[in-house]
Amino acid sequence: MSWIDVGALDEIPLRGARVVKTRSGCVAIFRTAEDELFATSNTCAHKGGPLAEGMVHGRNITCPLHNWVYSLETGEAQGADNGRIPTYPVKTEGGRILLDGDAVAARAA
Amino acid sequence: MQKLVVIGAGMASGRMLEHLLDAAPDAFEVTLFNAEPRGNYNRIMLSPVLSGEKTFEEIVTHDDVWYAANSVITRFGESVTAIDTARKIVRSEKGETPYDKLVIATGSAPFIIPLPGHNLPGVVAYRDLEDTNAMIEASARPGAHAVIIGGGLLGLEAAAGLRLRGMEVTVLHISGHLMERQLDETAGYLLQKDLEKRGIRVITRANTKSIEGSGKVERVLLDDGTELKADIVCMAAGIRPAVALGHAAGLDMGRAIKVDAQMRTSDPDIFAVGECVEFAGNLFGLVAPLYDQAKVLAKTLLDEDDTFVVRELSTKLKVTGCDLFSAGDFAEGPTREDIVFRDPARGIYKRLVIEEDRLIGAVMYGDTADSNWFFGLIKDGTDVEEMRETLIFGPAFQGGGGAAADPLAAVAALPADAEICGCNGVCKGDILKAVEGGAHSLETVRAQTKASASCGTCAGLVEQVLAVSLGDSFEMPTAKPICACCDLTHEDVRVLIKTKELKSQPAVWQELGWKTPNGCHVCRPAVNFYLLADWPLEYRDDPQSRLVNERNHANIQKDGTYSVMPRMWGGMTTPDELIAIAEAARKYDAAVKVTGGQRIDLLGIKKEDLPAIWADLNDAGMVSGHAYTKGLRTVKTCVGSDWCRFGTQDSTGLGIKLEKRLWGSWTPHKVKLGVSGCPRNCAEATCKDVGIICVDSGYQVGVAGAAGMDVKETERLVDVASEEEAIEWTVAFVQLYREHAKYLDRPYKWVAKVGLDWVKDVLADESRRKSLVERFDLSQTVYQKDPWAERAAPAEARKFQPLADFTQEAAE
Ligand code: SRM
Ligand SMILES: Cc1cc2nc3c(=O)[nH]c(=O)nc-3n(C[C@H](O)[C@H](O)[C@H](O)COP(=O)(O)OP(=O)(O)OC[C@H]3O[C@@H](n4cnc5c(N)ncnc54)[C@H](O)[C@@H]3O)c2cc1C
Ligand code: SF4
Ligand code: FES
Repeated sequence: MSWIDVGALDEIPLRGARVVKTRSGCVAIFRTAEDELFATSNTCAHKGGPLAEGMVHGRNITCPLHNWVYSLETGEAQGADNGRIPTYPVKTEGGRILLDGDAVAARAA
Repeated sequence: MQKLVVIGAGMASGRMLEHLLDAAPDAFEVTLFNAEPRGNYNRIMLSPVLSGEKTFEEIVTHDDVWYAANSVITRFGESVTAIDTARKIVRSEKGETPYDKLVIATGSAPFIIPLPGHNLPGVVAYRDLEDTNAMIEASARPGAHAVIIGGGLLGLEAAAGLRLRGMEVTVLHISGHLMERQLDETAGYLLQKDLEKRGIRVITRANTKSIEGSGKVERVLLDDGTELKADIVCMAAGIRPAVALGHAAGLDMGRAIKVDAQMRTSDPDIFAVGECVEFAGNLFGLVAPLYDQAKVLAKTLLDEDDTFVVRELSTKLKVTGCDLFSAGDFAEGPTREDIVFRDPARGIYKRLVIEEDRLIGAVMYGDTADSNWFFGLIKDGTDVEEMRETLIFGPAFQGGGGAAADPLAAVAALPADAEICGCNGVCKGDILKAVEGGAHSLETVRAQTKASASCGTCAGLVEQVLAVSLGDSFEMPTAKPICACCDLTHEDVRVLIKTKELKSQPAVWQELGWKTPNGCHVCRPAVNFYLLADWPLEYRDDPQSRLVNERNHANIQKDGTYSVMPRMWGGMTTPDELIAIAEAARKYDAAVKVTGGQRIDLLGIKKEDLPAIWADLNDAGMVSGHAYTKGLRTVKTCVGSDWCRFGTQDSTGLGIKLEKRLWGSWTPHKVKLGVSGCPRNCAEATCKDVGIICVDSGYQVGVAGAAGMDVKETERLVDVASEEEAIEWTVAFVQLYREHAKYLDRPYKWVAKVGLDWVKDVLADESRRKSLVERFDLSQTVYQKDPWAERAAPAEARKFQPLADFTQEAAE
């Protein structure tokens, strides 16, 4: 793993998200009401909706375009919809957000 | 005999000495330093001392007799100022003391926020007897005011103690709910409610700006201008390990003094125990793990084997009557299962989190009788699969059948004087009386009490009252709940938010028995709207409960870009505005479209560019057109009497006035208006949510038109003679719609449900009409602000940028 500092935790509101642009595509970083972090691809498996613009509820994200709901933990689409988005390791340390750069790069390869 | 020097006579070293002297009374000659002018006492019991429930003498753990009997040389009131590891001595005011083995047990120091005025006399922390006595002294003056900064464990215990002593107490807490590290939102909400019941004022999301006073503290100022009287200010904003000695001595440090599982520091003859240590990245702030450390350290000093392990912790609050408990990890998730039990009537909330058939977390409020049993299940990792169904009801129900959560609990909990039917002023008690008198159906109750006879929105609630009082003999018609998170319909929720005065999301979740911790994408936007419409001053719009367009104040397109549409009041514009729009279109490479709403749409704007294009349009005097909101969209007008040979009144002017009055307001669904200057109706007013046709004698106000998925002509609300009256009726209609309609019902759908006659009756009553207008204007004082200007400001604009961008970096 290679942990990359992508910014300060307070930059993401509770139940909110921000995007990190990488050479292998946009990664969405989510912060839940319980103050946990998750990182997934920002791109919806349905029609590419920007997931960071969706609504965070529990440990789920609802896509802003057509309401597909994904588990942030597994990346699996919930309910009747079929699809999966990549998830990446992410953690906080001293108020900073660290994203696993290797996992993100590996996706692209 | 070896010389053992201990720095700090607190709870950790106290316990360590007990073990050590028990096991080997003669192994060491012990010298015990303490900065406080006394020996060890049960620090956690300072709260009962503060509240007057105990005296200090009762909480002393080691008195002079104990120290003497155990031959401990006490050096109380004497701080150690340095450690010389090479010469193996510690230095204090009175000179040098040699050691063979040294234990650092200096605990923590309270964190004092460096606010202006934090040095004033009367500003105290909450850590030791001196702090406690200072607070007790301040409370002696009748009617004195205390401000507590920090709504965590310590702050709340201080608040409760001072309140018991008769002070006027305010707690300032920076986050959204109390004790956010130990409690989820709902438990935090219930705790706040309990504290408020005993007269403690709680302000959450409070940013303290300064403490002021001449010579001593007199008041506390918040960022939002709030001013609070204060005779004493207690800072309970957290603690920092007291580790200056460790740093200076060159020990291996993290955030505190690093120790191994035997409590050894990086120096072989120096040990540390208590809140001043860091073990495997962990810091400590509760006594349970410190007691484990103390046991291990006593063994280590005697060369016996033992290992410190970090265990699950649980929290309770020592405020009599506030029953709460939290333990483990209570975040939710798909691989985790939440079991939520809420009893709104008794103020009980329990939440269990299960993962892979094990209980991993629990939060409870109001009834913590079974908390130890649950805590045991968490610590032991017991397989709970067998008892899943009844787990939440506690050990008593295991093996037997348990009760199920009651969907009618919220209504059962309502007091008799709770208003059920707002139109006719019918309370729950009136309905119960009718039921006792033999009215056993909605129709008969309606006939006897008038409940639900007017707009009918409360019919569902009336039925629930019937069900609660008649039990199984009443068959509930199945109304459709908002979503799977609750058992109530939109209408029920709206009425209950008003009657029960629910003013926050956690209040709704708890009091109305939500089955999920914080709703979903269906119910949360609706509840957010209901709260802000009913409590404009108390509740704040929550961006995280808004769908993308309303959160970003622009329409998202299928490719993830946005459209930007400035307001053109009543469809009027100027050459300067057009030039600014043209320049912006060029600069940000936008497609330009004239819309069906008499204005211009700039399409294809990148999210990152939104704040900049908004700033440019703001500079030209334009504000957001809210083309994306459930709120006022456009007011279409025609040229009217200013230009048109048939125009009877100034339709353009009236349209502009209406748009300027209504813009910025949130509504259940979007609202569009039209004003035509004559019955030729060039502004298509007769298919709008509100459409006004100007005639010679005045204004015909029509409502409930549609021209989207349904097409429907407006129905006449009223004919009025003056422009003022036309505006008054329009504003009152919009406010009535805001207060009553189901989220995502356009006005024509809502009017079809409640009946135009009811709407007319309400609005024809002059005093009700005027108070609707008043409430609308009050809400506008909060919400009529250009969202673009707010978000184009640098601090906010940053949020529209990616958090980080690694696409520009050179490859390694
Ligand atoms: C831009 C515009 C079309 C145009 O180029 O003219 C437009 C564009 C959209 N309309 Fe509209 N409507 C536009 C005028 C209308 C009109 C005509 C009017 O306002 O005079 C109507 C019929 C009148 C009405 O509102 O009922 C109209 C009825 C709808 C509806 C159906 C509403 C209904 O209750 O049946 C929707 C769907 C919805 O809101 O749920 C909709 C939804 C939309 C959305 C927001 C679809 C979406 O969710 O993405 C479109 C956004 C496109 C974008 O990204 O900007 N649009 N839409 C018009 C903007 C007007 C403005 O200046 O604000
Ligand atoms: C009001 C209150 C309520 C609490 N309630 C609870 C509760 O309900 N449950 C719970 O688990 N925990 C509670 N705690 C926390 C608990 O009291 C602490 O975790 C515990 O006391 C820490 O023990 P310690 O020995 O590490 O430090 P302390 O008990 O603080 O002892 C450290 C001692 O070292 C002395 N010292 C510091 N520097 C020097 C120096 N250079 N030279 C000489 N002496 C020095 C200090 O004066 C102090 O007496 C509460 C704390 C407070 C203040
Ligand atoms: S008519 Fe349909 S496609 Fe056209 S703008 Fe309106 S919603 Fe979009
Ligand atoms: S693009 Fe995400 S749901 Fe359609």
